[in-house]
Amino acid sequence: MKADKQEKPRQLIKDGIRLDGRTVKEIRPIHLDVDVLNRADGSALIEMGRNKIVVAVYGPRELHPKHFALPDRAYVRCIYRMATFSVEDRKSPAPARREIEISKVIREALMPAIFVEYFPRTTIDIYIEVLQADGGSRCASINAASLALANAGIPLRDMISAVAVGKVDGQIVLDLNDIEDKEGEGDMPVAIMPRSKRVTLLQLDGIFTPAEFEEALNLAIEGSSQIYMLQRETIAKKYADIRQEVEEELLVEEEVEED
Amino acid sequence: MSRSHEVVSEIERRHIISLLDHGKRFDGRTLKQIRPLEIEAGLIVKAEGSARVKLGNTQVMVGVKTGVGPPFPDTPDQAVFTTTAEFIPLASPTFEPGPPSENAIELARVVDRGIRESKGIDIKSETMVFIPGEKVRILFLDIYILDYDGNLFDASALGAAAALFNAKIKKGEVNAETGEVELLDELIPLPLEKEKIPVSTTFARIGQYKIIDPCRAEERVMDTRITFAVTTEGNIIAVQKGEAGYFPYEEILDLSKLAQEKAPKLHEFLRSEVVKS
Repeated sequence: MKADKQEKPRQLIKDGIRLDGRTVKEIRPIHLDVDVLNRADGSALIEMGRNKIVVAVYGPRELHPKHFALPDRAYVRCIYRMATFSVEDRKSPAPARREIEISKVIREALMPAIFVEYFPRTTIDIYIEVLQADGGSRCASINAASLALANAGIPLRDMISAVAVGKVDGQIVLDLNDIEDKEGEGDMPVAIMPRSKRVTLLQLDGIFTPAEFEEALNLAIEGSSQIYMLQRETIAKKYADIRQEVEEELLVEEEVEED
Repeated sequence: MSRSHEVVSEIERRHIISLLDHGKRFDGRTLKQIRPLEIEAGLIVKAEGSARVKLGNTQVMVGVKTGVGPPFPDTPDQAVFTTTAEFIPLASPTFEPGPPSENAIELARVVDRGIRESKGIDIKSETMVFIPGEKVRILFLDIYILDYDGNLFDASALGAAAALFNAKIKKGEVNAETGEVELLDELIPLPLEKEKIPVSTTFARIGQYKIIDPCRAEERVMDTRITFAVTTEGNIIAVQKGEAGYFPYEEILDLSKLAQEKAPKLHEFLRSEVVKS
């Protein structure tokens, strides 16, 4: 929601530099972490620009109501919600139509990567809570959700990495922030399986010429690939930490035995 | 979640794919052929605008209703535009009564985006905004699915455009003494730029095959689908990938080009049918 309505659209890009100091092909600073919650089977946190999003994954676990169960694969549920205080004007806690649609497209973006056929009759539940929203919250959610799935030990074909591209002041830019999303001319969230360049989420609104569409899609794939590297690092670091902990414990045990 | 309750027979899936292997489809069409399309506007006289679209055996009815009310606080100088979709149980044994399903919400929002983002309705014009910040026109675009045989996205988008083209609204005036908006008997069209309103083309991916305008049998076995709302000039206004599969990156560009090729003819047909009705 625009806080102050201006008569003339303000200039969002000056000499190739955006209001937040980035170039047109630069992503916002990203912080990722996994295993941030105790009770969930897998969890992740993402801070992407001013987005702060926590994701919990449960499962594969027994599905209720049971008649939803699928005989040949797991049933995947995904709920994306925004906290009441995550936006300028308080959001009603009741699920909005936007949240229902986003939950659906996020689920459909993640599913191609999950080996759902390994877990018939079960459910995999993905809960996404946006604690603070900035532009591109659905893409940030997907980045965190795919980490949380990996953290839960659910077998995946690939990570899912997502970023929004858009059209701002007539230019195709990477990773829209809040203002660019609202005042820009177009928004295109994209999620891919980075190793195979398979597109699992694609939405667009705005006015894009065919050439701009192609440029935007290419830029989104480039940006997602950068995010993929960060996701890999995060998971790898987590396992390195676990390994170190285990090794330290073993060392202590050996010392005890020697005594 | 209606689709997940439909049992898909493995034999049916194999049958559809083996037909595609021979370049054929379930209902005898080619891979790039759209089903017979009928558009009839103005069937509901109580609505300000209406249209029925038949796309093969899929049938949707779209109505436009208007009112006067307060604008959204963040857009005080704009009319309010809302799109809803109702998957009523008349249309399919898998549609249940009750609040809109996620499929219905997705459909309404994708149709809405195509029209809204095209800026084809001048929601800031004098006929739409009476007193900025206080009284504006409220425009409801309501989509009812009457018979479901696949590709609701394209049928609904065409129906929505036709209903808007067909709409006649009461002229409104602000009474200088009371400050109230009075609606007159004089009827005027909506402030539209028809050539800006996009038409939508949906493709389904089944195995390695991409088909245009999937029917229900094809939707049941499809891996994924993608919808493009495109203007006659070829500009892309809205895109939505749906279902749990994926598209290889190169295929998206190919399909967007195919949607651009189809758009001018579809748009021309849409306009001529509305004029006829």
